[in-house]
Amino acid sequence: MEQLTHHKKSFFSQYIFSTDHKVIGIQYFVTGMVMAAVGGFLAYVFRYNLAFPGAKIPFFGELSAQQYNEFITCHGMIMVLWVAMPILISALGNLIIPLQIGADDMAFPTLNMLSYWFFVVSCIVLLASFFVPGGASSGGWTLYPPLSANAYRNTNPDFWSALFSGNSMMILAVALEIVSMLMGGINFLVTSINMRAPGMTPFRVPILVWFLNIASLDFMFSVGPLIAGAVMLLLDNVIGTGFYDPARGGDPILFQHLFWFFGHPEVYVILLPSLGAMAEIISVFSRKPIFAYKTIVYMALISSVLAVMVWAHHQFVSGIDPRMATFFSVGTIIISIPFAGIFLSYMATLWGGSIRFSVPMIWALGFIGLFLIGGLTGLFLGSNSFDIYVHGTYFVIAHFHYTLFPIVFFGGFAAFYYWFPKFSGKTLNDTLGKIHFWLTFFSFNATFFVLFFNGLAGQHRRINDYAMFPSLMQEPYITFEKISTIGTIVLILSQFIFLYNFINSLIRGKKAENNPWNAATLEWQTQSPPPHGNFSVPPVVYNGPYDYSMPDRAEDFIPQNVQSEKK
Amino acid sequence: MNQSPHFVKIRAVPQGRLALWMLIAGEFVIFGGLIIGYILFRLRNPEWAEQAKHTNTLLGALNMLVLLTGSYVGVRAHMAAINNQVNKVVMWMSVSIGCGFLFLINKSIEYSREISHGFTFTSPKLQEAGNNIGSLFWSFYYIMTGLHAAHVLVGIIIFSAILIQARKGQNLHRVELGVMYWHMVDIIWIFLFPLLYIAK
Repeated sequence: MEQLTHHKKSFFSQYIFSTDHKVIGIQYFVTGMVMAAVGGFLAYVFRYNLAFPGAKIPFFGELSAQQYNEFITCHGMIMVLWVAMPILISALGNLIIPLQIGADDMAFPTLNMLSYWFFVVSCIVLLASFFVPGGASSGGWTLYPPLSANAYRNTNPDFWSALFSGNSMMILAVALEIVSMLMGGINFLVTSINMRAPGMTPFRVPILVWFLNIASLDFMFSVGPLIAGAVMLLLDNVIGTGFYDPARGGDPILFQHLFWFFGHPEVYVILLPSLGAMAEIISVFSRKPIFAYKTIVYMALISSVLAVMVWAHHQFVSGIDPRMATFFSVGTIIISIPFAGIFLSYMATLWGGSIRFSVPMIWALGFIGLFLIGGLTGLFLGSNSFDIYVHGTYFVIAHFHYTLFPIVFFGGFAAFYYWFPKFSGKTLNDTLGKIHFWLTFFSFNATFFVLFFNGLAGQHRRINDYAMFPSLMQEPYITFEKISTIGTIVLILSQFIFLYNFINSLIRGKKAENNPWNAATLEWQTQSPPPHGNFSVPPVVYNGPYDYSMPDRAEDFIPQNVQSEKK
Repeated sequence: MNQSPHFVKIRAVPQGRLALWMLIAGEFVIFGGLIIGYILFRLRNPEWAEQAKHTNTLLGALNMLVLLTGSYVGVRAHMAAINNQVNKVVMWMSVSIGCGFLFLINKSIEYSREISHGFTFTSPKLQEAGNNIGSLFWSFYYIMTGLHAAHVLVGIIIFSAILIQARKGQNLHRVELGVMYWHMVDIIWIFLFPLLYIAK
């Protein structure tokens, strides 16, 4: 078979405006990391302020109440839409989908590039919003009106200054980000449906590809109302309509519905790719086929349908009809069944496996353990009567971070340590990886576990200076706040180990083998890093993605593109 | 095995058509959010019937006719594209683009009539008269029809881009994609028309 032709390309078209899915994936990953650093710094600043109200914050200075609100808002938005989405959906999807299904590139490479540059513009708009008069958006990351509408500030700005206010720019940045993700999502779906290698039947596709596609579908079917809602919010801000203004006949609850119709499925949009990567990692390092492949896929499909039916459980305290609340409570609790199914399948995969505690594997196990805490506290919050009691407290913060942090960072780091040798052609330092894991694991728990107690004791979130509320400044809760802040600082500092490991390995790392983990999926059957066009010989698929523990072979696995001798 | 040396693609559905189905699904959810929001407000505020009386049913119906004609003509263009009749493709697509412009002209006549009666995005006149709820109707009216008109404009641009290539006989399969988009714009209007113009 002939070799694929390699075009000589200029630096610009090879690395900057590239249409190669691997370069775009890496671009998404790096941009996401930069935004994670911004989001992390914001978290450090306001966490410091919470533990030591009014103190001068190292590397920042004093934090005013207005700034506190801005930082909280932007921390939430950045971490969900500009870190979780690009790293877990765009980077993972771009890097892995074509390789795992045996394609040479995405279905629409130019659209792919366009999607990345829309994303970059959205980052710039968001970061620029910190420097406009009045500061960045400060109404909370959910952008609820009236706090997110300029009318609330009793100003009557003209069109242009309203357009360049923090709120409007936040809305525009979100819109651009959504456009970028929609383009990416369409690309993923078309690629996975149309460009699979011969023999790659739907049930030979690795679970990660399934999950990325289910996530993209969920995103596409849930984001529409938010687009409509954001346009309405923008018009409220800029030309003074009254969609969300009760005094003008509007209704702020409308925005909450439009937002959470997207906002809740969004959690699963982020969760599914991460869970998919865990399936790959757990199966490889247990040296066992994944337990109940089809059940896992069906469970994910069921959960994606249920995901768009439970959104109002975020609004139990916003004035909701109790009959509706019951419906959403029940739905929320039901949705834990498919995810429990997926988790139990993973654990059953571990059962009796020949487990190898490599760095990706310990991150994956950390993910499973920590997400369990997040998922189980979610059951409490899903119940209407309990949620009303703790909704305004730190319990919600702790629960949310016990779900999202393992998903994004434990899942993300597991995927990073697993696929880094493939895409860089270099090997990471294992010892540093393990130190990074344990430091992150303990400091993460120190940061958020104590907040469960604070929340159950009734300590309010959304307060920037506890010194003003002596009843909330009691022991042990103020000590817990301090533990949490110290945890945050250690958590952020330990990421420098990762950064050092990353850069050092890129420069000085040992050359990686093509298949260092002995994995069966297609991406490991080509060179590290894969050449332009991915495979020098187009692969033909004969086996499932998880054919490990094969007693009749010299190695214990069969790569997907190798025909086994006996059938 | 009977395979070309390069990557054999499964392509159960042509690439572009598959992508467009997804885009259309996404668009319906966007308008779905608006339409459901509108219906809920309408049920809560029966006074909106007062305002709906001012929309021009005749012009709205005319626009419906224009859009449907554009769609029908688009299908003729698609048929011609399947048979590789470039001249007919150019002719029918031009008529379709013409329908798009006709729609926009119609719409601007309608908008200017309404604006001259004081019904704008924020309708300050109604607000001064204390009719805040009425002014919200016009906000919904403008955002829904405005977003739809923007889609018509995009449809015209897409058709023109396809036409420029189709004239030289290139990329005739794209005609179908343009027509699919046009149908979507059409179907959305089929929802908007009764909600805004007929339910008075």
